[in-house]
Amino acid sequence: MASAAERHTFPELAKRAVADTQLRRNIGNATQTIRAKRAAVVAEVPDWEDLREAGRSLKEHTLRSLDRYLVQLEEAVTKAGGQVHWARDGAEASRIVIEIAERHSVKEVIKVKSITTEEIKLNEALEAAGIRPFETDLAELIIQLGDDVSSHILVPAIHRNRAEIRELFMRKLGLTELSDRPSDLTAAARTYLREKFLTVPMAVSGANFGICDTGTICVVESEGNGRMCLTLPQVLVSVMGVEKLVPTWEDMEVFLQLLPRSSTGERMNPYNSFWTGVMPGDGPQEFHLVLLDNRRTDVLADRTGRQTLNCIRCSACLNICPVYSRTGGHAYHSEYQGPIGAILTPQLHGMESAASLPYASSLCGACYEVCPVKINIPEVLVHLRTRAVAQSGFTLEKLAMGAAIRMFDNPRLLETAQKIARVAQRPFASDGYITGGIGPVRQWTKARDLPAVPSQSFRDWWRTRR
Amino acid sequence: MRVALFITCYNDTLFPQTGIATVRLLERLGHTVEFPENQTCCGQMHSNTGYGDEAIPLIRRFVKAFRDAEVVVSPSSSCVSNIRTAYLRSLVDTGDEALKRDVADLVPRVFELSQFLVEKLGVEDVGAYYPRRVTYHPTCNSLRALKVGEAPLKLLRAVRGLDLIELPDAQECCGFGGTFAVKNEDTSVAMLSDKMRTVLGTRAEICTALDSSCLMHIGGGLHRLRSGVRTVHLAEILASTEGDFIHGERR
Repeated sequence: MASAAERHTFPELAKRAVADTQLRRNIGNATQTIRAKRAAVVAEVPDWEDLREAGRSLKEHTLRSLDRYLVQLEEAVTKAGGQVHWARDGAEASRIVIEIAERHSVKEVIKVKSITTEEIKLNEALEAAGIRPFETDLAELIIQLGDDVSSHILVPAIHRNRAEIRELFMRKLGLTELSDRPSDLTAAARTYLREKFLTVPMAVSGANFGICDTGTICVVESEGNGRMCLTLPQVLVSVMGVEKLVPTWEDMEVFLQLLPRSSTGERMNPYNSFWTGVMPGDGPQEFHLVLLDNRRTDVLADRTGRQTLNCIRCSACLNICPVYSRTGGHAYHSEYQGPIGAILTPQLHGMESAASLPYASSLCGACYEVCPVKINIPEVLVHLRTRAVAQSGFTLEKLAMGAAIRMFDNPRLLETAQKIARVAQRPFASDGYITGGIGPVRQWTKARDLPAVPSQSFRDWWRTRR
Repeated sequence: MRVALFITCYNDTLFPQTGIATVRLLERLGHTVEFPENQTCCGQMHSNTGYGDEAIPLIRRFVKAFRDAEVVVSPSSSCVSNIRTAYLRSLVDTGDEALKRDVADLVPRVFELSQFLVEKLGVEDVGAYYPRRVTYHPTCNSLRALKVGEAPLKLLRAVRGLDLIELPDAQECCGFGGTFAVKNEDTSVAMLSDKMRTVLGTRAEICTALDSSCLMHIGGGLHRLRSGVRTVHLAEILASTEGDFIHGERR
């Protein structure tokens, strides 16, 4: 994907988000609920920490031998009657999907919820080629009908409440009567989607896991819409990031425990679909697997950044994050939001287009604590901050940081600076507090007072004792 | 024990009373406190903001100041966490093997104050008196990076006269996050407002913690609101004795 300069920085977008009362309530309620559900089901598992370590080490092992495993998967899928395509970037992957659709003269496709296809802007590419994609996941449908943008990798419409969804469905599905009861809203979507499942001849999905020894692809979902898309159409295309591999069928034991408990707070996921190539007379008769790089191999080459590829897209880090739970997902301006989005987006789309994201964290560490595959997100955030600084040109911050190092590397200069501060703060200080100022002090004192520098430093006091 | 005090740059500059309290407390417990005067800053602000390479001279300075210390104690969990986790990481690509060895040798002797008292010395009752209603905020670095666990609570429970009130949603970050507080001012303040709500809900007079930096944030918000609730570092509570209060009023 082409990188552009960052047009909407996180602080700008977050400023609007934290002032939105309805959004704060919707996101706050939703994240609190799902946090509690996750905590309860994780606490039930006595060997949770061992499972996390197993998940982490399986991912690390696979990524270290990715070249070998990718070829093994390709051979197994091909042997089972599937066709494997390799895509360097999003444009190549989209072109492959469009060519398959055109070969079958398909004008409509149904889609299983997939962030990878959002990452490569597949829907936009399909529409430009005259092919209409229909999202079938309830939340993705809400987003698509509302011409909206996902704000959560697992629950894309988390920023919407029932009343807003009712209004949208009435308007877009031409309904004259509809309540805001979840069952009625689901029924309305079901009536609309059922016809698509039965008539559209091609489906596009992402993939949660690609199992190398059997050539089996796995999609995990909660509504059954995925199962319909994966079984009813004649042609199925799955777009999968190259990092989604697991070596053996047996390894799914680990991930199918980690994923549902971390993501939806369920013990077992409702719909786990697995398919291996093509089964004559049953299900899609043509299966294509598109293996997508899109800078993932660059991430793999980075010693600190590569752990990002462990991610199984559970969204536990979004739900626990004190930043995400106040700003929601749109502030990240990416299909990947929250802490994982803050590290994934600059690595996949380029630092220049997302330089404010590594700073969208207080480094509180809650994300690392809940991550089922132990991605040390704070460590990667700090690493990416270093890259953001290295890639930026001259800034006042760099000048100030350089001066601060010279000051801190000389106790006498530090003492001189303390003395200067005692004088410089006078216009802004009263009763021991500073209430205004310039630069970072101004940012601080908009909503918080700052203690004034007292007349005696600790060092001064220490000398009086000698 | 011979204790070398790492005061940290912001305690030295903005919160000398926290350092003075740490000295009084450790001396009352019978330890000898030293203050190597060539110490300044651990480099946390630089390394957390993306200037890790620039902060290497500060690592060298820290090692030089404390190399010969029996133990190093600091009333700041975030600075101790920076020393424990960031120092070796920052040095990975430098060829300075001697410095790496010195850091690896020194790090196990660097302690956060409450962990030093409870885990290293096995002390819980430090003989303090503090007749106030107090709530404790576990800062992110003490909670998740250093895993101090119950140590500060054990110390607080043993303080005579102190009424310890549990803080709801205590594990939620206060929104400080170093330069995050100014780079993402709006989000930081949104987080702070929720933290202040829970602190005020306890009806405590004092909110305490192991980091003057986070307390500066919470206290700065509480002061702006004229809430009457103050923030006080744990060291100051532990250093207080009956002599500091006359008829329940602090001298």
